[in-house]
Amino acid sequence: MPALLLKVFLLLTLSLLSAGQFSERSVAWASTEVVQFSDPLLRDRYYQLVQELRCPKCQNQNLADSNAPISTDMKAQIQTMLEARQSDDQIKDYLVSRYSEFVLYRPEVNTNTWFLWFAPLCFVLFGAIIVWRYGFSGGRAESDAKINTTELTDKQQQQLSELLGEEDK
Amino acid sequence: MNRLALYVPLVLFAVLSLFLLKGLDRDPTELPSALVGEAFPSFTLPSLANEQQFLSQRDLGTRVVLVNVWATWCFACRIEHPMLNQLAAQGVAIIGLNYKDQSQKAQQWLEQKGNPYQFNIVDAQGTLGFDLGVTGAPETYLVDAQGIIRYRRVGVVDQRIWDNEIRDLYQQLMAEVE
Repeated sequence: MPALLLKVFLLLTLSLLSAGQFSERSVAWASTEVVQFSDPLLRDRYYQLVQELRCPKCQNQNLADSNAPISTDMKAQIQTMLEARQSDDQIKDYLVSRYSEFVLYRPEVNTNTWFLWFAPLCFVLFGAIIVWRYGFSGGRAESDAKINTTELTDKQQQQLSELLGEEDK
Repeated sequence: MNRLALYVPLVLFAVLSLFLLKGLDRDPTELPSALVGEAFPSFTLPSLANEQQFLSQRDLGTRVVLVNVWATWCFACRIEHPMLNQLAAQGVAIIGLNYKDQSQKAQQWLEQKGNPYQFNIVDAQGTLGFDLGVTGAPETYLVDAQGIIRYRRVGVVDQRIWDNEIRDLYQQLMAEVE
């Protein structure tokens, strides 16, 4: 039974991890507008950025999905900055300095966000410790052995047969 | 097993409940502003009254001002306008940022509804708006005498917002100037 628990736990953890991978890879590029770049590499970075940055006006949409005027402006700004050979970090910093960290769907690790980043890991570790402690080493063998070797005193045996006898009637 | 350990799930549940309960009261549309505490961005943009004349951040002056982002296409601005007229009548210095608008329409608007603004900055492309982190109209910024943004309001400034959020800060900033 505890071994089964452990298996279920591991399976869940793994499937959650792989689900994260899957959804990241399978997102469709929802933006339909055609954006021209001098270099195809810039275009890839552009799509990466508009996927990862969040529209400050229309909540819970990224820039790629959003048609709000402000995200159009932001996309245009990203394009201009990419053509000016600015790095992804420079572009993000530029937007964060104006629209706050809200625009980052993948927030920076800092004092405000460490809990957000590390809490899931802590929960997984906590769960693993629980499973390991109560379901694995602490043990089947030991507890099974205990059950097998438990012997009833004569008095207990008598009580037991009385109880069983009652039920039989 | 320690009996106290049995209460762990209950405690966890209580903590989670409190956390979620707190979340219920929060307005998700209220974003942290990146510019509160920062200097008003520099700009060079035409004036609405005379597009030949260019304004810059120096024209905000060394005084406490409200910078109001507005446009004729913005419905909520229509609702906000009487409040701005009232504040201007009380002596509050208000500067308009005419955001992604047509100047002609904006001038008509001011003729019809009254002009609470000391002057208006024409931001037809939304460049200053972008530097301010404007996400739409109306928005209002309280700028102190040193040109530092002290408060930002996304949405309409009405009597309630003025009383609860802006007036005390405004009076405090005014007192600092004197």
